[in-house]
Amino acid sequence: MRFQLTEDQRALQAGVRELLDRRFGAEALRAAVDEPGLDRALWRELGAAGFFALRLPEADGGVGLGLPEAVLAFEEAGRALLPGPLTATHLAAGSVPGAATGETVVTAPDGGLVEWLAWADVVLGDADGAVPLRSLDPLTPLHRVAHQGEADPLAVLLAAAEQLGTATRACELAVQHARTREQFGQPVGAFQAVKHLCADMLVRAETARAAVYAAAVTEDPADIAAARLLADEAAVRGTRDCLQVHGGMGFTWECEVHLHLKRAWARSQRGGGITESEEVLAADLVA
Amino acid sequence: MDLTYTPEEEEFRARLRRWLGEVLPKLPPAPAPSDWPARRAYDLGWQRMLHDAGYADVHWDASPTTRLIYLEETERAGAPYVGANFVGLLHAGPTIAAEGTPEQRSRWLPPILRGEEVWCQGFSEPGAGSDLAALRTRAWRDGDAYVVTGSKIWTSHAEVADWCELLVRTDPEAPRHRGITWLAMPMDAPGVTVRPLRTLAGSTEFAEVFLDEVRVPIANRVGAENDGWRVTMVTLSFERGTAFVGEVVACRRVLGELAAEARKNGRWDDPVLRRRLGRLNAEFRALWRLTQWNVSEASAGGVPGVGGSVFKLRYSHARQELYDAAADVLGPGALDLDRPWVLDRLSSLSYTIAAGTSQIQRNIVAERILGLPKGK
Ligand SMILES: Cc1cc2nc3c(=O)[nH]c(=O)nc-3n(C[C@H](O)[C@H](O)[C@H](O)COP(=O)(O)OP(=O)(O)OC[C@H]3O[C@@H](n4cnc5c(N)ncnc54)[C@H](O)[C@@H]3O)c2cc1C
Repeated sequence: MRFQLTEDQRALQAGVRELLDRRFGAEALRAAVDEPGLDRALWRELGAAGFFALRLPEADGGVGLGLPEAVLAFEEAGRALLPGPLTATHLAAGSVPGAATGETVVTAPDGGLVEWLAWADVVLGDADGAVPLRSLDPLTPLHRVAHQGEADPLAVLLAAAEQLGTATRACELAVQHARTREQFGQPVGAFQAVKHLCADMLVRAETARAAVYAAAVTEDPADIAAARLLADEAAVRGTRDCLQVHGGMGFTWECEVHLHLKRAWARSQRGGGITESEEVLAADLVA
Repeated sequence: MDLTYTPEEEEFRARLRRWLGEVLPKLPPAPAPSDWPARRAYDLGWQRMLHDAGYADVHWDASPTTRLIYLEETERAGAPYVGANFVGLLHAGPTIAAEGTPEQRSRWLPPILRGEEVWCQGFSEPGAGSDLAALRTRAWRDGDAYVVTGSKIWTSHAEVADWCELLVRTDPEAPRHRGITWLAMPMDAPGVTVRPLRTLAGSTEFAEVFLDEVRVPIANRVGAENDGWRVTMVTLSFERGTAFVGEVVACRRVLGELAAEARKNGRWDDPVLRRRLGRLNAEFRALWRLTQWNVSEASAGGVPGVGGSVFKLRYSHARQELYDAAADVLGPGALDLDRPWVLDRLSSLSYTIAAGTSQIQRNIVAERILGLPKGK
């Protein structure tokens, strides 16, 4: 047993982070918020980097890696707040022409919602009668659809990986702020009330990490449900605590913290919601 | 990321499982929690059996993964806990192994492994709990011995211990952390008085230990004089690293039993209760994976790191939530001390206090992992 990232996995993680830092840094994020839209050039670049074809066999023009690597890539996407229907396009690689290379943008209904419907080239699943709504998350345009649909466990796990990225990022942002912002003559991070908020953020994120990575290895439905619950918790509570640590600044549109919280809320709607995962895990106890 | 075990590890698991299958059915029933002499004999007897079968040193010499398998399998099979051997095997022993002289190692380690001697830990004092470095029990030299006066508190297993790993102040003038020394004190030395303390669970799990001019040979000092703080930190990192592996396995078993009981008594029909148990399933699955993660890290890097604090924080709260959920399953039975899980619920209350309170663990995580500044 060696439950640690391999050298190759570390390199992949660093590679995706570098690409996203360069192509979707602070300025690009700002611009995307001001003017929502899907950056097709970035999408193709992601395709060229293998983001969508990661799990396709090499014989089919893919990268030939597995779910653990996909989870690491999606964790980075979550961290960077990368917009777009990443999961649906990734899962369509190999079955929808052009999805693997990022030429074709694919979306799919999930949890009574469809994201990026107006931008997508292909919709997988039933999006008839979709009604647009004014999305709470400025980086995720949404439509409502009538039926809930079945949850795809892989989609649930990839969303959990994004949540993990968000949780980790929220902890970093909170710590950065707590070390630099001074009140009463010392960094606010020296106050124990603030310190303990940050410690709890890390504990939740690291517990979720163990669950998400393990689920990527086992692909067991109960492990995936567990990963989802812990990652949702780590992301939603983490971003809220991060906002609290930022004080008034955290409540502004300007500060990026709200974007992380809103995305975390949006993702937690996916795959039948929290209730379904809890029921899966309850059923597992008496199986 | 690899969750599979090597053929050698699987072979170790299979051999251990076979052995447990043979010996456990022949074990006498566990003694009553209040019968300390019987508990001592029982716990030492089990350690002796482990020793004779070649498993005694699994806590020290085996790889972290082998140790994980050992703890997983013994727990699964319902083998006895380390019990009274806890301090010897997991605190004092590893400290002596790491810091002791060859003579000290050969004097103290074999009796621990053979199940012949019980150790206790005399660190906490009435005025020094979380702030351990505030300890005031004094020791001064007189010929070939230290003369020790002071008092310790919350000393687990003190009534049945042969030895105490004792922290004393040898230099009251030095900065707090630099005037402390680590001694191995025989519990039958003149001047040692043990007064048992009753816990909220009703039994006497720990004690006050009064020390009145107790003579401890200088040869019983492990590490240099006034270097006891550093020596102690070696022990504590062992404690927080892998001490709870078996318990996570046990908690997962209890959770399954809770679900079965809820199905039997009808509580399972309540979706709120069901989902509560489902969430705990997620929690303990994750804690098991976190354990594997930490063990893999320890295998790569030696001594368990600060990851132990992350685990301890999450686990101690999860354990309390588990037994609160048990109360939810039991309904009025939750007030009946003769029902299963009711005493465990009481015991679980100590988990956020012993071995560093949750608040102290949060300070450690925030300052040593996240690098936040100490307050003024
Ligand atoms: C079941 C059990 C077995 C034990 N066995 C042993 C043993 O065998 N040997 C031994 O030496 N000790 C033992 N202990 C003692 C244990 O290590 C101490 O109880 C523990 O370290 C806390 O110290 P205290 O009880 O003095 O609490 P205090 O330190 O007085 O703490 C009181 C409260 O103040 C909080 N607090 C204190 N300092 C801070 C701070 N800096 N920041 C934030 N909050 C703070 C604590 O979190 C706690 O909530 C045992 C304890 C228990 C419960």
